[in-house]
Amino acid sequence: MSHEVANLSDPGLPDHVHRLADSDPAAEKKAERAVAFLFILSALGTVLFIASYVYIPHNLFVFVPILGSTNAHQLFLGLGLTISMLCIGLGAVHWAKTLMPDNEIIAQRHEFRSPENERKEFVAAVKEGAAASGLGRRSIIKRTLGLSLGLVGISPLFLLRDLGPLPKEQLQTTSWKTGTRLVTDPGNRPIKPSDLEVGAVAQVLPQLTPGEERTLNNIGKDAVLLIRLRTEDFQLSPERLSWTHEGIIAFSKICSHMGCAVALYEQQTKHLLCPCHQSTFDVPRAAKVIFGPAARPLPQLAITVDSEGYLIASQPFTEPVGPSFWERSS
Amino acid sequence: MLLLFALFMIGTTFSVASASTKQASGSLSRSVAIDEGRQIFLKGCSSCHGLNAEGGSIAPSLIGVGAASVDFQVGTGRMPMADMTVQAMRKTPAYTPEQVAAVAAYVASLAPGPAIPGSEIVNYERDGSTAEGGELFRTNCAMCHNFAGQGGALSQGKFAPTLMESDPKTIVEAMITGPQSMPVFSDKIITPAEKLSIIKWIKAAQVEPSLGGAALGRVGPVTEGLLAWTLGLGLLIGIAVWLATKAR
Amino acid sequence: MTAKEKALGNVANYVDERTGAAAWMKKNLNKVFPDHWSFMLGEVALYSFIILLLSGVFLTFWFDPSQREVLYQGDYQPLSGLKMSAAYASTLHISFDIRGGLLMRQIHHWAALLFMVAMVAHLMRVFFTGAFRKPREFNWIIGVGLVTLGIVEGFLGYSLPDDLLSGTGIRIAEAILQAIPVVGTYLAFFAFGGPFPGEVFIPRIFTVHVLLLPGIFLALITAHLMLVWYQKHTQYPGPGRTEKNVVGYPLMPIYMAKAGGFFFIVFGVIAFLSTVASINAIWLYGPYTPGQISAGSQPDWYMGWLDGLVRMAPPLETHAFGHTISWNILIPGLIVPGILFTGMALYPFIESWITGDKREHHLLDRPRNAPNRTALGAMSVTFILVTLFNGGNDIIATNFSLTINQIMWFSRIGIFVLPPIAFVITKRLCLSLQRADRDLVLHGTETGTLLRLPHGEFVEVHAPISQVDAWKLTQHEQIPALELSTEDSHGVRRGNALRNKLRSRMSQAASDQVAKPNETDLKELEGH
Repeated sequence: MSHEVANLSDPGLPDHVHRLADSDPAAEKKAERAVAFLFILSALGTVLFIASYVYIPHNLFVFVPILGSTNAHQLFLGLGLTISMLCIGLGAVHWAKTLMPDNEIIAQRHEFRSPENERKEFVAAVKEGAAASGLGRRSIIKRTLGLSLGLVGISPLFLLRDLGPLPKEQLQTTSWKTGTRLVTDPGNRPIKPSDLEVGAVAQVLPQLTPGEERTLNNIGKDAVLLIRLRTEDFQLSPERLSWTHEGIIAFSKICSHMGCAVALYEQQTKHLLCPCHQSTFDVPRAAKVIFGPAARPLPQLAITVDSEGYLIASQPFTEPVGPSFWERSS
Repeated sequence: MLLLFALFMIGTTFSVASASTKQASGSLSRSVAIDEGRQIFLKGCSSCHGLNAEGGSIAPSLIGVGAASVDFQVGTGRMPMADMTVQAMRKTPAYTPEQVAAVAAYVASLAPGPAIPGSEIVNYERDGSTAEGGELFRTNCAMCHNFAGQGGALSQGKFAPTLMESDPKTIVEAMITGPQSMPVFSDKIITPAEKLSIIKWIKAAQVEPSLGGAALGRVGPVTEGLLAWTLGLGLLIGIAVWLATKAR
Repeated sequence: MTAKEKALGNVANYVDERTGAAAWMKKNLNKVFPDHWSFMLGEVALYSFIILLLSGVFLTFWFDPSQREVLYQGDYQPLSGLKMSAAYASTLHISFDIRGGLLMRQIHHWAALLFMVAMVAHLMRVFFTGAFRKPREFNWIIGVGLVTLGIVEGFLGYSLPDDLLSGTGIRIAEAILQAIPVVGTYLAFFAFGGPFPGEVFIPRIFTVHVLLLPGIFLALITAHLMLVWYQKHTQYPGPGRTEKNVVGYPLMPIYMAKAGGFFFIVFGVIAFLSTVASINAIWLYGPYTPGQISAGSQPDWYMGWLDGLVRMAPPLETHAFGHTISWNILIPGLIVPGILFTGMALYPFIESWITGDKREHHLLDRPRNAPNRTALGAMSVTFILVTLFNGGNDIIATNFSLTINQIMWFSRIGIFVLPPIAFVITKRLCLSLQRADRDLVLHGTETGTLLRLPHGEFVEVHAPISQVDAWKLTQHEQIPALELSTEDSHGVRRGNALRNKLRSRMSQAASDQVAKPNETDLKELEGH
């Protein structure tokens, strides 16, 4: 069955319509002036750009409606550049549209496929070349070449080995040790339980030993959020309850999903929200995930007080903090 | 140079803000104020918070919340709440500053709680440090109120309000009382001196001039992307249509 | 001959005697380019790229790609005296102390956003008009590669200043690396030179951002353009335009002036945006530290869809045999994007397999005449829009009094429900438009003039449409469905029966058409 149907006939390229400027010298002159005007405007834009660069001080502010109080140096520099660039472009396009010949041209296309005999000759040439190299016959050369090329491909991988150390235990551990004091971030002041009212939070880090520097790598694993609730609000297992102190509970601030700082505590609902992906953790239930993509609760840090009454970690984190990784066991 | 400008802007906008907040009950004796506050409380607040401010099924107890809490909630118009379904919104206060002070005195008399911050906060300009305040703000406040204090979303439709209209007194009151979803930032955790720095930073952020054109709400890349697709691509397509049309 | 013409001739002669370029140049100066606004989208991308190179080189003169800790003591008071990385401090220096530095930074960033916008818009134009069909499949694949690289390149650039927002982005990228099974931890440690954030990541991505990727970009863009040149541009259908010709304006002088002018226009528009609209005001974000975060932390829009996918992912993790697989990261972060981009790259081959059409095409399709493809495109766009919507859910929630939880659930359900709905609606719409085209050709346009027939009935007079219009509406061909049998001539089930059945099914769907009018229809109508 044929699907060919008689198409309507192609009327062919419509006749060329002349522009005003093609026949009317006044219109042509007008178009010419318009182009020249745009180019002059562009030149003025450049002058504005240079003048702004040289004369407008860096700290001058002007009020512009919509933009508000804005930096004059930046504003006029930008306006100058905008005018100089835009007007060159508009001028060139207007020139092309109104004054350059606008006859449409027809070019013929040719099929990309090469003529049959050339294709045959090409295939023959390839075959001949392959035969001449003898790769097909000399299988020992073929195999050893394969081996050497394959090995060459591996060597760059070795070169990349020293990009970084092996992970070892680094993802599993933090600076928190038994007895490490909790100190405020920023400020590095130790904290007593009485410093926190019910409903209060504190961003904390482990206290540094003398001579120790705090690096971002440390903060990336050590950041902890302290929250004080009423003790009766907790719904914790006895073990986890023992990790709290007078209603103060401590969680790793590094999200168990992708590592953002989860510090958005809603005092009334007692939820912690991560602003990156909106995982929501229920604080009284040991930061159980109640919404969003996080799959694990935030690790809880066991805390107590030392002999001077300052809050300390009673043990290191019992699980790795931060996002999951392959070697993580739970 | 930028600093000079910022300082100038702060100086001009600030002096208006905190004049009316002084203890208005200065002339009244303390017990009279408490009594008047109790009357206002019974009329305007007790239907939800209970006749003795003991709280009810729909509103918390106010015993021990302190004068600062009352001053923040009622003084910014958040209380009395207009609509119980949404969080308390900032609106035109229902009471005069004198009445607010009276209710605050009454609530403060029930049990000790955070007091309305005194005149020391006016000195944030002298005693605070903008940069330190920014550091504290980004650690303690930006996660809810956004990096520029523009506010942000919390869960279930709650939100952290913008700080662009907050005055020093309400900022401190919010930190020490923890209104609505906001947690408490005790004076031991963020010291009064540090709070002054936070105020100084927020006041600078309120008048932060626009350096590179329209600020686009200072909420980051979302509005930028929207503008690129609308204004940017729109302008270019408009010009391309002109470019490809045959001249007359 | 004037002296000027003589000089020009001499130069041409000098060059030609050494290169023999005259013959080639002569031919190519008359190269024909069809004019249409939608053909300028790719040019916007190209010119944005050039602007990116220019502004980027400027920025490298002052940018210090180092995570070394420095004390900022510059003019910007809210950050004065703070510790930060040299990368962040030098970006502040460019913004505040270098005259025109902020303008160039903003030009660089706006150009990057527009580069991605233009590439995506160009890609959609190519898709919806069928310009990717034989012989242009290679160029389609290069295009998909450019979009993919653009996303990576953009993300790296966004990460370089080491501000609080970009650091958060790097943190998330590290988590995606780390989530890859078996090798993830090693990849992350190698990339970051140890645990996150380390001190080597920004110097490393700087090299990738300014050297490696731009180099690959240049090579791919060159190949992309050479293929366009060699294969000649496609054209929209119209009278006199066939598969065998190309109708348009010659390169010299018209197209050169228009394209050259358009470069300056693109530069002007980007400069305008950079003047009136602030972008990536990093001094407001503050320096990065892992312990801080801002509400509404978002990536640039071309990563926003990924972020939206990650946000809506279900909280799934597998813990078994002492190992963890984070489906909540792998599915939205790697698997779904992988499927999307592979599917996109392979689409020309999939379509020609379905339709059985292996011929060259140089005339573009009107989207309505390829209902299946258009519907598929609308479906993909809907998918991306849902993810983008969810990626900005916190900003949308606060501005439109919604809750992030509502938007999240809307997106979680919508991501499965809305794309198919978009497919069905678009396909119906295309077929209705085809029907309208058919009616227009057969019955002409309504004139509004009423005619009373002898027996009293009123009819509206229809005016036939012009021959040119009729041609535009009927020039396309309608490919019939493939008829593939599942049994061979002896009635035995073929080995590839299942494949054939699937292919027939899809071919059937792809050939859903309203029959276009032909000469016979018109004649029949006249006979009435």
